[in-house]
Amino acid sequence: MNEMNDPKFQEIFKRAMAPMADWELKHDLWPRMLRRLDERPARVAWLDLVLLALLVIWCAIFPAVIPELLYNL
Amino acid sequence: MGLLEQFTRGELEAFETLFRQHQGEVYRWIVRIVRNQALAEDLTIETFWRIYRAHAGFDPARSFGAWAPMIATNLAIDHLKSARHEVELRNDIRAPTQVDPRAQAEMMTALARAFRSLPAKLQVAATLALVEDRPQEEVGEALGISVSAVKSRVFRATRLLRKRLRRMGFEP
Repeated sequence: MNEMNDPKFQEIFKRAMAPMADWELKHDLWPRMLRRLDERPARVAWLDLVLLALLVIWCAIFPAVIPELLYNL
Repeated sequence: MGLLEQFTRGELEAFETLFRQHQGEVYRWIVRIVRNQALAEDLTIETFWRIYRAHAGFDPARSFGAWAPMIATNLAIDHLKSARHEVELRNDIRAPTQVDPRAQAEMMTALARAFRSLPAKLQVAATLALVEDRPQEEVGEALGISVSAVKSRVFRATRLLRKRLRRMGFEP
């Protein structure tokens, strides 16, 4: 008999570790899951990034618009 | 459109349905590994959080019921690895010389601590296969390894544990 199949040793394992087979989930975890989902960091939409990139390019090509832009902000 | 397809499109209602269908099963799997109810609840939430984040990459042809325990097992292993420093193996415990309930209890505590000091991957394989009596195929699927690799891990865990117990004066 090898070590792994030794029933005596397995019994010692079980006594020391107390099998958890009867432990059931006591309550619904969905409310906690929803809170976890709400913790997501705010993500910048790709469209916002595209608009920002276009604005930067526009300002680089026509620097004269920068004061006007700042005035209107 | 099926539930899994809806989930892959990121629909929250589909995720909620899957969560409610599988939360108990995932929790039971994790509690077997970490053996702590509060921690198992936390890791169940974290498992589903990872599942939700990975929704776009999930293949609806696969089994959700097999995928979830795999993610849960990896998370539990990560937790056991990070918690390892909390387990200090006492070398001052010696085998009881006679049958004494207190000495027996001390021996069981020493055994549990010795077990917790094993490498996380060996510990998980041995917990599921030997303590919880889960089929080796199921353990292999959750760990993402073959049945022979499960046997190998259980064998190594057993051998290492015997060695540590002998060092403490026990002869299992």
